[in-house]
Amino acid sequence: MSTMLTVDDLRVSFPTRSGLIEAVRGVSFTLGRERLGIVGESGSGKSQTGRAIMGLTPAHAKISAKTLNFDGIDLLTAPAKVRRSLRGSRIAMILQDPKYSLNPVMSIGRQIVETLRTHENVSKREARDRAISMLEAVQIRDAGRVFDLHPHEVSGGMGQRAMIAMMLIAGPELLVADEPTSALDVTVQLEVLGILDKLVADRGMGLIFISHDLRLVSSFCDRVIVMYAGKIVEELAASDLGNAKHPYTQGLLNCMPTLGTNRHPLPVLDRQPEWAL
Amino acid sequence: MTAIVSAENLTVAYDDFLALDAVSIDVAPGESFGLVGESGSGKSTLLRAIAGLSPVTGGRIVLDGKPLDVKHRDKAFYRQVQMVFQDPYGSLHPRQTVDRLLQEPLAIHGVQDAERRILRALDEVGLGSSFRFRYSHQLSGGQRQRIAIARALIIEPQIMLLDEPTSALDASVQAEVLNLLEQVRRDRKLTYIMVSHDLGVVTHMCERLAVMKNGKVVERLSSADLVAGRLKEDYTKNLMVASKGFVRAASMA
Amino acid sequence: MSQSTLQTTPMTCRQWLMSDRPQSRLQARLGRAYMTWQRFSANKLAVAGLCIILLLILIAIFADVLAPHSPVIGNLGGARLLPPGSPGYLLGTDDQGRDILSRLLHGSRLTLLVIVLVAIIAAPIGLLVGAISGYAGGWVDAVLMRITDIFLAFPKLVLALAFVAAMGPGIQNAIIAIAITSWPPYARIARAETLSVRNSDYIAAVRLMGASPFRIVLRHVMPMCMSSLIVRVTLDMAGIILTAAGLGFLGLGAQPPLPEWGAMIASGRRFILDQWWVATMPGIAILIVSLGFNLLGDGLRDALDPRESGQ
Repeated sequence: MSTMLTVDDLRVSFPTRSGLIEAVRGVSFTLGRERLGIVGESGSGKSQTGRAIMGLTPAHAKISAKTLNFDGIDLLTAPAKVRRSLRGSRIAMILQDPKYSLNPVMSIGRQIVETLRTHENVSKREARDRAISMLEAVQIRDAGRVFDLHPHEVSGGMGQRAMIAMMLIAGPELLVADEPTSALDVTVQLEVLGILDKLVADRGMGLIFISHDLRLVSSFCDRVIVMYAGKIVEELAASDLGNAKHPYTQGLLNCMPTLGTNRHPLPVLDRQPEWAL
Repeated sequence: MTAIVSAENLTVAYDDFLALDAVSIDVAPGESFGLVGESGSGKSTLLRAIAGLSPVTGGRIVLDGKPLDVKHRDKAFYRQVQMVFQDPYGSLHPRQTVDRLLQEPLAIHGVQDAERRILRALDEVGLGSSFRFRYSHQLSGGQRQRIAIARALIIEPQIMLLDEPTSALDASVQAEVLNLLEQVRRDRKLTYIMVSHDLGVVTHMCERLAVMKNGKVVERLSSADLVAGRLKEDYTKNLMVASKGFVRAASMA
Repeated sequence: MSQSTLQTTPMTCRQWLMSDRPQSRLQARLGRAYMTWQRFSANKLAVAGLCIILLLILIAIFADVLAPHSPVIGNLGGARLLPPGSPGYLLGTDDQGRDILSRLLHGSRLTLLVIVLVAIIAAPIGLLVGAISGYAGGWVDAVLMRITDIFLAFPKLVLALAFVAAMGPGIQNAIIAIAITSWPPYARIARAETLSVRNSDYIAAVRLMGASPFRIVLRHVMPMCMSSLIVRVTLDMAGIILTAAGLGFLGLGAQPPLPEWGAMIASGRRFILDQWWVATMPGIAILIVSLGFNLLGDGLRDALDPRESGQ
């Protein structure tokens, strides 16, 4: 399997009035046409890693890396125009809450069409047809009607599916999903994940799945990276989770109450200062 | 069982929208009762209606044998019933120190020796006195939720209404706060009514629960029954399956 | 002599203020104020505005000492309409032989008096009306807002003129008139903040403690309105000075021989072509002070944004 994305010693830091905040402190991994999960809690740097790959880090932040390479293109030194052309057509990102990530004043169909026409030279008619078939591909039954609806007129699950349609319509090779189902109800989560599963498999895409939910990520992805305080503390195959070595990973696995387990009190994560070093 | 709190055919309607449709539940004293459902099920509305934060348009709420006045709650009610909210970032006043936040309920109810009570409250939720003069933006999510719990407990209520108290927290912090809630309940012999969308959390914390959908109660059962899979309604079965997590389709190489 | 067991290394003042473990109410409050000051002082123009205002205050306090001549008694015989730079008269003299510099320095007291009194009267009224209106809702809100609308419908100067004309000219009446016309925007701001704050969980939490609506509005809602209000009042100061100057210009504010800047412009109007300094100097003074308040207000708006407070 050829490598699509290479990240070596990625560092992202934000200068603030009270000092430099280092969000990502030397993260390295590679990605081929496979599914990689990045798991961490708030402040672990997982979202900033995803955004750095997309080129969406805020302007005042400092990014550096020994290598940040997508299919031969050096993402750090590439000019803004090149990065823009990559976004949407070759690398796409799905965000958490469609309430905030879809434009509230544009109809859903129009947003999808806009994405397509930015990257491909197609007629309006063809763009509309492809948008509707994309909406059908994410299992939105009444695609023609939903095409004209605005984001606030559809449910969360449908909005998220519309977002997936919008991001995949230009046929990207790499998908970065930042907590794509965290804002959804549990039953809807499974539907959306099922759709994502099928699309990623059918199109042979690479996927980076960022989440705080270790169990979910391990059931969806091939490999899992666990981040803590800006660094990777463990990297393992998803099927190998039971043999996690790092105490943080073990703690994360054990700390949530699940159906059927009866532990009173729940085991609590005992944070060691060494983990953050 | 003589319930300490019960809702009888409670209805909450906003214009045309029926948030709660003739819902009835009974909570025994000292029990931990769960309300489970997805968004829009009405579980939070039920909790807020009991607290007096949602307008009740039908039915009644009975506390300790006495029906509550629909429009107005008296101070004695607030001494008995307190609530912990979901969002730790919104439930503490942004301009007040922890000390001031904890003083407020004491001042409203005219409770003396505030100093001692504040220190004891902080201690009970596992935070030292060094937290006393911090502002809420200087606290992490888990710490804020602990302060919210301390604030609810400081006037010694008997009944605690918990509206998804841990769903906005990180996984590792959730466990700590859930343990704290359990311990507090044991120590003070409190009654809990807890709302959650997470079946794992609800079965861990509660003995009996009610599953809600679209403003109605779909099924009432015990946690033991839920865990064992002795479910009657299809909706509850769906929820169970969904909480087991994602199962990947036949793997592609 | 007992030894301190807690801290062996003394903290610098800055460390004490920025500490995230304050030991007392005072330390917490001062720490927060320090953070606000840091945000404010990062904006150089805002600091310039602050300096101008501080200078105004100092001049007002020390006018007696700073002014070389009397502001009200002039040398009618030998010093009428002298140009700026004349010996002993840095900014020249007016038509009654009074030193313009001294008049300006003493006039700063009147300016400051007007600003402070108007702010003290108008801001609390506006805050109270707006917060009560926003929190109560229903007919209380409707009635209070319609009253506010009535006051807002008139142009400020026209309404102030009407009041002064009814009550008679003089600086006290001018202050009251300006205050009466200044409170409606503050009511609007307070109401807007109250509406956004009213449904938040922390207000619900206080309601659930059994707090009376008065307590909630006074102790929990109003503090959230303060930032926007302070910014608005500061930005309005320039307008208040100009309104007072306008009234003074029309002879309805401070009466002669008080060295009110607006009145000085009015009386200097006759000589504007040949002895331009008589009207221009007070005009420049008004310009500088208005500018100072505008810069200060802008800086405060950034520093006091409640969303960022403490971050």
